[in-house]
Amino acid sequence: MEKRTGIKTLADLKRIQEEVSRRISLRDKAENPESLVQVKVAMATCGIASGAKEVMEYFVLELDKRGIDAVVTQTGCMGYCFAEPTVEITLPGREPMVFGDVNPKRADEIIERYIKNGELVDGIIPQNYNTIES
Amino acid sequence: MSQFKMHLLVCAGTGCHSSQSDLVYEMLRDEVLRKRLEGEVQIIRTGCFGFCEKGPIVKVLPDNTFYTQVKPSDAREIIDEHLIKGRRVERLLYLDPETDEHVLDSKHMGFYKKQLRIALRNCGTIDPENIDESIARNAYQALGKVITEQTPQETVDLIKRSGLRGRGGAGFPTGLKWEIASRNTADQKYVVCNADEGDPGAFMDRSILEGDPHSVLEAMAICGYCIGATKGLIYIRAEYPLAIRRLKVAIAQAREYGLLGDQIFGTPFSFDISLKYGAGAFVCGEETALIHSMEGKRGEPANKPPFPAQSGYLGKPTNVNNVETLANIPVIILKGAEWFSAIGTEKSKGTKVFALAGKINNVGLIEVPMGITLREIIYEIGGGIKNNKKFKAVQTGGPSGGCLTEKHLDTPIDYESLTAAGSMMGSGGMIVLDEDDCMVSVAKFYLDFIVEESCGRCAPCRIGNKRLYETLDKITQGKGKQEDIEKLRNLSQVIKDTSLCGLGQTSPNPVLSTLDNFMHEYMEHVHDKKCRSGKCQNLLYYVIDDEDCVGCMACVRVCPVNAITGAKKQTHYIHQDKCIKCGACMEKCQFDAISLVNDYPREAPVMADA
Repeated sequence: MEKRTGIKTLADLKRIQEEVSRRISLRDKAENPESLVQVKVAMATCGIASGAKEVMEYFVLELDKRGIDAVVTQTGCMGYCFAEPTVEITLPGREPMVFGDVNPKRADEIIERYIKNGELVDGIIPQNYNTIES
Repeated sequence: MSQFKMHLLVCAGTGCHSSQSDLVYEMLRDEVLRKRLEGEVQIIRTGCFGFCEKGPIVKVLPDNTFYTQVKPSDAREIIDEHLIKGRRVERLLYLDPETDEHVLDSKHMGFYKKQLRIALRNCGTIDPENIDESIARNAYQALGKVITEQTPQETVDLIKRSGLRGRGGAGFPTGLKWEIASRNTADQKYVVCNADEGDPGAFMDRSILEGDPHSVLEAMAICGYCIGATKGLIYIRAEYPLAIRRLKVAIAQAREYGLLGDQIFGTPFSFDISLKYGAGAFVCGEETALIHSMEGKRGEPANKPPFPAQSGYLGKPTNVNNVETLANIPVIILKGAEWFSAIGTEKSKGTKVFALAGKINNVGLIEVPMGITLREIIYEIGGGIKNNKKFKAVQTGGPSGGCLTEKHLDTPIDYESLTAAGSMMGSGGMIVLDEDDCMVSVAKFYLDFIVEESCGRCAPCRIGNKRLYETLDKITQGKGKQEDIEKLRNLSQVIKDTSLCGLGQTSPNPVLSTLDNFMHEYMEHVHDKKCRSGKCQNLLYYVIDDEDCVGCMACVRVCPVNAITGAKKQTHYIHQDKCIKCGACMEKCQFDAISLVNDYPREAPVMADA
């Protein structure tokens, strides 16, 4: 979160909202291969209990070590309790993919095969819900 | 990037697995190898698509074709037609039951509409500790709109029109609640968020607070504007440390942005939120007990009236809403009452979040439009019952709810239909039970919880539930009599009619609903001393098989209570009235002659030495 002065009017909020969403959509829709890979680790109590913290640390360290430009963030519960820890990966210009039962060993496979080569790996969780357009 | 042109995703979820999806995978792989396509086509096993009724499922990327009920023998056709010639295999496409047409890609499939995320809209997409991501997803827009463009009454009317009802379980119309609180005048009023989620097997409020705290904060501020309160309090159990931490972070960030605090959006409206920690007593989810607990008193409910809207926290008008109820508010304001009320059934609008747990393949958090059926939840979203066992019942609404059975599978779920079926919406815990669960033990489990959690203020709940528990315990021990069943029913009715608060009034529900739906199980426990699911330890019997027993005396010697008789080289016999079910004989027997059965064994042979 950036340091900002207070939001004084609704217009301020709308301006910030546009700014932030532009930044996020740029990240989402980026077509050039150099742009960032996004890794979101589901870090609610359930995820953490099944080892999501370790997985998140692994992604942060290893992506850095292997020289891959990526943003690793935490998020809330994706609802797939049966497959925790769950990780959503968005490669530039591609649909987000959710991987289930990710431990450091699987994370390594995901980095090497999916993030580097765009090859899918076993254990993808298909999205089974619609979200309202916010 | 990848050299693969196409991906085949084969569902390897438990449901599809049981219908040969692993064979489908192997056949596809062999076919790809045979056609030398291994460099271009990648076959992947995926998790469950949540559509097990139509499994096994194969999805083809990049064109998103969705094949259902694929047999191993279809593999060749999929590879030849679709991958090589580029023609979809029509007969395997999903047939939309409404239009009777084949659906080409999964984006247009009805079953994806089975789940609609409104309250959970941001959970699992945003970083809950970064307010910017929430703002990007429209957080605080509704608050801004309300306090700069609408009067409190207009907003209350909008919530009333939307038909939103309390998601804590009882289903009181939220708009009406706000209206009552807004009409009472006082120098100070309070908005309270009830985050004291206590039902066994429920975790939806925690997930919302951990995944999207700002939507709750924003809704509380909106409520404050509507009822004329400047202070909000979140009552959250101390067992939720992560939710607490994220709420603290969210409140601090919102204050820094000026979205909480004095003169929000440059208007005269001020609102701030603080946290109050509960010690995790179930009764503190009841609003009057919750208010007492916040005041530092014992968490005991009070008589209503006066309702909290008249005299609540510190004697001031107070509006208490559940987390999930609040999470719906900003969306309703931005998208309109009509949009919201178009979802759901006639009297229950919108969606409901359920925590799906128990003997189900896809344990998880789901959000479904009101009016969906149990069958859709269990078999399509939940992926069916674990290990292909037979479905027995679903316990909804926690200890206050009841069980729904086979005959309710196609009932549309809403507040009224669940009540009519002898259960209730409750906060949204949904525990799936299969043939291996004993319903008497399930009722006993809930009563045990209630006895533990009853605050003790009123006698029917304090004493009556203890007696209910003891009676159930007696039945599971195999010591029950016919009059115990009558006693259960009468006592339940009295507790229901005479308890002070919702906890006591609904506590016999698990007993009543199991009596209504599973009387035969009670009867078996009482009259045949039998527990069909083999869950009641005392109703399992160690027996010796005449055929396999060689009369070696090993079990006779090891039995600590001399319950086994029989001479050397003659079949031994276990006397059930003496047996303490320690299992030592079964461990000792070299010939697997001793087994555990749930039918009361035959009469003892007349013993020469007995």
